[in-house]
Amino acid sequence: MFNKLLTIEDEEVDLLLNDLFERYGYDFTNYSRASLKRRIVRLCSLDKFPSFAELRYRVNSDPGYLKHFVEELTVNVTEMFRDPQFYKALRTEVISTLAAKPFIRIWHAGCSTGEEVYSMAILLKEANLLHKSLIYATDLNPTVLEKARKGFFPLPHMKQYSENYIASGGIHDFSSYYTAHYGQVKFDESLGEKMIFSTHNLVSDRSFNEFDLILCRNVLIYFDKDLQDRVLSLLDESLGQLGYLALGTKETLKFSSIQTRYKQLEKEKIWRKIG
Amino acid sequence: MEKNRIKAVVIGGSSGSLDVLLKLFPALNPAIPLTIIVVLHRKNAPDSPLANLLSYKTSIPVKEVEDKDAVLPGMIYLAPADYHLLIERDFLFSLDSSEKVNYSRPSLDVTFESAADVYGPTLVGILLSGANSDGTAGLDAIKRAGGIIIAQSPETAKVAFMPEQAIQHTDIDFVFDSDEMAAFINGLR
Repeated sequence: MFNKLLTIEDEEVDLLLNDLFERYGYDFTNYSRASLKRRIVRLCSLDKFPSFAELRYRVNSDPGYLKHFVEELTVNVTEMFRDPQFYKALRTEVISTLAAKPFIRIWHAGCSTGEEVYSMAILLKEANLLHKSLIYATDLNPTVLEKARKGFFPLPHMKQYSENYIASGGIHDFSSYYTAHYGQVKFDESLGEKMIFSTHNLVSDRSFNEFDLILCRNVLIYFDKDLQDRVLSLLDESLGQLGYLALGTKETLKFSSIQTRYKQLEKEKIWRKIG
Repeated sequence: MEKNRIKAVVIGGSSGSLDVLLKLFPALNPAIPLTIIVVLHRKNAPDSPLANLLSYKTSIPVKEVEDKDAVLPGMIYLAPADYHLLIERDFLFSLDSSEKVNYSRPSLDVTFESAADVYGPTLVGILLSGANSDGTAGLDAIKRAGGIIIAQSPETAKVAFMPEQAIQHTDIDFVFDSDEMAAFINGLR
């Protein structure tokens, strides 16, 4: 028999989001509601709450649980060289253009556990540009950032990542970038040296630097249109002239207020700031 | 019955279901006043030809969903590979790349449950051929929200497991082959 899901009313979601904002300052009110509701139902089921009321009580009375709840509310699914065609376009069209700069600043916004940050470091290393690059990797969730900082990833994922790497145009032996220990792999220290990890909340924090390339992949899908537009403006403010903005494969700048200043490269979701 | 007029049909399937769609689509009334949402288990490959393939079979426009696309009547929408497909209250699609559900992304249950939540009794859910039990919980959610649920008749399914699960575990309204599905959808007002 299948598991029947708990039903949660929209008003209950509103109550919980209001608690999170009023009591703790976490603002999820402009997140995509359908997705958020599903995350809440999923947490009720994973953490075995018999009803929504009990979940709400725990969130409001147990700071340890609150932290876990907030971290689980956001999605942290990622992989290395996710969408290999995208990475191929980064190699051939973006990285080569950035090569002429004396110094390359990259911001990976919403980096989760860092798989795509290490992918970027590998691209830069292979283009012989890593030494003059700096990758700022941010996420609102400190626990995933701590994982990213350590640079350990599960060994069983390496087969898929290696295939992605090759499909992205990689020509080296992927396993030369890491060493395996007890079911985990540790990526080469030299890749991590040019990464700076820091918490940053796209909803409430501001622009903090100017970049040549900003990646914000599969983050906007969790926001409603108003918040998407606000975040795109923040990214726009943080991008230098002729810089590149890269989004997830099903995300777009179309219909946003910054669209007119950008030109899309071929068919990948990479835009160049021209205005 | 005016208030329960059907607004959307959500169709889900896994292995063996593409053949059913290739028969079903040419039989649909091109002036259909509904939204049709299709979720198939599929490989994550760049430039997937699935939307193209399906669009050759009907004059109803077929669109692979991008995040926050509007949900319009008279359209067929296809869930993209590697994302769950959800529907917002204001009738925009949301994509979600969270954990697989029933080993699948897109998962049929995820879309069915989200559509049930938004459409309530104005939704029809159809489950096609497949080898996994994804879709059964979703059909149940559609039924509980007052919608109509249909399973492909197992003897016409290339892989009968998926519709059989739904027939066993939900209060299914109809068990149809592809011709009966087409006639039913064309008759919806």
